[in-house]
Amino acid sequence: MIIKIYNANLIDPFNRKEGIANVTIENGIISRVELNKPTNLSQVAKTQEPLFTSQKPQPLTDYLEINAQGLYVLPGLIDMHCHLREPGYEYKETIRTGTLSAVRGGFTSVCCMANTNPVNDNPEVTYYILAKAKEDGSCDVHPIGAITKGLRGEELSEMALLKKSGCVAFSDDGMPVMNSLIMRRALEYSKALDTPLISHCEDLNLTADGVMNEGRLSFYLGLKGIPKASEEIMVARDIILCRYFKSPLHIAHVSTKGSVELLKIAKEEGIPVTAETCPHYFVLTEEAVKNYNTFAKVNPPLRTDEDKEAIKYALKAGIIDVIATDHAPHHIDEKKVPFQEAANGISGFETALALSLQLVHEGCMSLKELIEKLTINPAKILKIQKSGIMEGQEADLILVDINKEWVVDSEKFATLGKNTPFNGWKLKGKVLMTIKGKKFFDMREE
Amino acid sequence: MKDLVEIRELSRDFIEEILNTAKAFKEVLQRDIKKVPTLRGKTAINLFFEPSTRTRTSFELAEKRMSLDVLNFSVSTSSVVKGESLYDTLKTIEAYNVDYIVIRHSSSGAAKFVAGHTRASVINAGDGTNEHPTQALLDAFSILEVKGRLDGLKIAIVGDIIHSRVARSNLYLLSKFDTEIRFVGPPTLLPIEPPDNVKVFYDLKEGIKDVDVVMLLRIQLERQKGAFIPSLKEYATMWGLKPNILPYLKDDAIIMHPGPMNRGVEIATEIADSPKAIILRQVTNGIATRMAVIYSLTPGGSN
Repeated sequence: MIIKIYNANLIDPFNRKEGIANVTIENGIISRVELNKPTNLSQVAKTQEPLFTSQKPQPLTDYLEINAQGLYVLPGLIDMHCHLREPGYEYKETIRTGTLSAVRGGFTSVCCMANTNPVNDNPEVTYYILAKAKEDGSCDVHPIGAITKGLRGEELSEMALLKKSGCVAFSDDGMPVMNSLIMRRALEYSKALDTPLISHCEDLNLTADGVMNEGRLSFYLGLKGIPKASEEIMVARDIILCRYFKSPLHIAHVSTKGSVELLKIAKEEGIPVTAETCPHYFVLTEEAVKNYNTFAKVNPPLRTDEDKEAIKYALKAGIIDVIATDHAPHHIDEKKVPFQEAANGISGFETALALSLQLVHEGCMSLKELIEKLTINPAKILKIQKSGIMEGQEADLILVDINKEWVVDSEKFATLGKNTPFNGWKLKGKVLMTIKGKKFFDMREE
Repeated sequence: MKDLVEIRELSRDFIEEILNTAKAFKEVLQRDIKKVPTLRGKTAINLFFEPSTRTRTSFELAEKRMSLDVLNFSVSTSSVVKGESLYDTLKTIEAYNVDYIVIRHSSSGAAKFVAGHTRASVINAGDGTNEHPTQALLDAFSILEVKGRLDGLKIAIVGDIIHSRVARSNLYLLSKFDTEIRFVGPPTLLPIEPPDNVKVFYDLKEGIKDVDVVMLLRIQLERQKGAFIPSLKEYATMWGLKPNILPYLKDDAIIMHPGPMNRGVEIATEIADSPKAIILRQVTNGIATRMAVIYSLTPGGSN
């Protein structure tokens, strides 16, 4: 099959290329990239398919030409933090549905956290995930191994063996490593593996039985609060450990202004720490849980306006390196309960890019800066080899209309997790096509 | 209105309407025949997921005085212990075609959840640490009886504010009137960001000075474990209402308690049994107020 994309705006942080481009893909391989050679389509394309028609797309034959004027061609996005739930929680999500959801959202590489059942704390589970991904997956799956056995925070998991079997990082995500000595050992040990630890920063004693951000609103709603200190104390602890043991550390889902301030100091000092946040932390505030909306229940909890603004600032300033989805699908039964009993998590793959594009539309950062946080930055942190949009390489790219408006309809999600607080929102920016090797996902008519 | 879930979503007018209706029902309750036929043929279910004797009894009596058929569903005898979800329990009960559901649950927001999933009228009898609206209404009714007004009063709520649904409902109700509201207690039991219209006092004597009403809250025995207070003895010494505090209180100040009391902890026996305390009047008024609430709601309407 041959796909020719004409006159697209290409941004490729991997090859530091930017400009109007024609890209040709033959049988899953990028055969040609022509930069800055605008093409007069009326001359080349006789059978050109109009982009936006109400007609059904033609059956995919072996030749497709796309006039991509005004559209963007970008490398496939990388999500360094998601939950695919398999093995063990297939009623929430499977590798098949999760990766299909990912490619619909523009992600061609996803890193799945270890809190499956059994926990990914040994090579057998990693092998299982990789085999399933190969069999059922729509995109690359990079497992993240557990830091400690069973995520219990007591004994180190077989980190070297996990790395050998294909894990790209270690994390007990969902649970913090509360014991500072264990965290110290994990940081020291992982140095030999040159593989980062991803820390879920939360002091469980301070969280106690909290279910939302602590403050005026939590008192008002009669819900137990989680203080910002619960996150910040652990961010501070981990940065201090990282300073002593100089091992790469990545802070997951940063949600507070205080964490941003700590990261800023750490980075200025040259401590090898990186950080991510998620779209909901720079789009929503705790106001979203009013009316006990369980779809907005997430851990760490949604915070306040000043935190949201601090996170935007940190993204712009490079204090936060990565936007990850923390895609956390749940079954509706786990959300259709009173707030304090509801599961934590937001289904994020299919809204992440559009929500992130708000930062561009608001003028907070350039599209290029945004795309770096969704491609090259996570690739660098996790040392995932990516060649970008380059001749001779496997196609791993997406076609995006950053201005297309659409309404979120969770029933149309490919993920089994319909738990999104954004249902019914009108968003701007949509992935039209994802091409991953010979796999081709066409969302133009949706 | 279909449900009574939260005081904070009510208008002052609606609150006053309920309080006026309660006054009429209180007169009925002083008659020989204490029952009104208003709701004959309709059914109420008391759905209690938390142990409660007082509130459930008060609701049951109010329902019977309104000629409702009454069912009691409590957690120890229910299928909830078999792992049924609240939603399924609710749907089962709805299939009985009941008209009124009185719910008490340990989760904040549970009453709202239930109200959103049924056509029956839902009355919140306490949801987690969120609200206990009928308690606030009966408290307001009792204050009105004694003081003749709510506007212009100074009210101190003393004790475990953050864990108290009674405190919240009273806060929201009193905030709809021209009142001065004070929170008094140890900082660990007070909100870290109190509402703008609330004055906070750590000192009991200062906090109750010049107030017209003191509302005491029950201190839970397990608060020691969460490191909220060092001991009940220390709490009683610092924030318990004892005779030695009386000189700091206005002569016509009244003392309220939602019950059950811990004598010798938040309230000394001498105070509990003094004429200043209107605790038993609160209990009596609970029935008339709950009758008024049931009377004011319209099952099956749009929420």
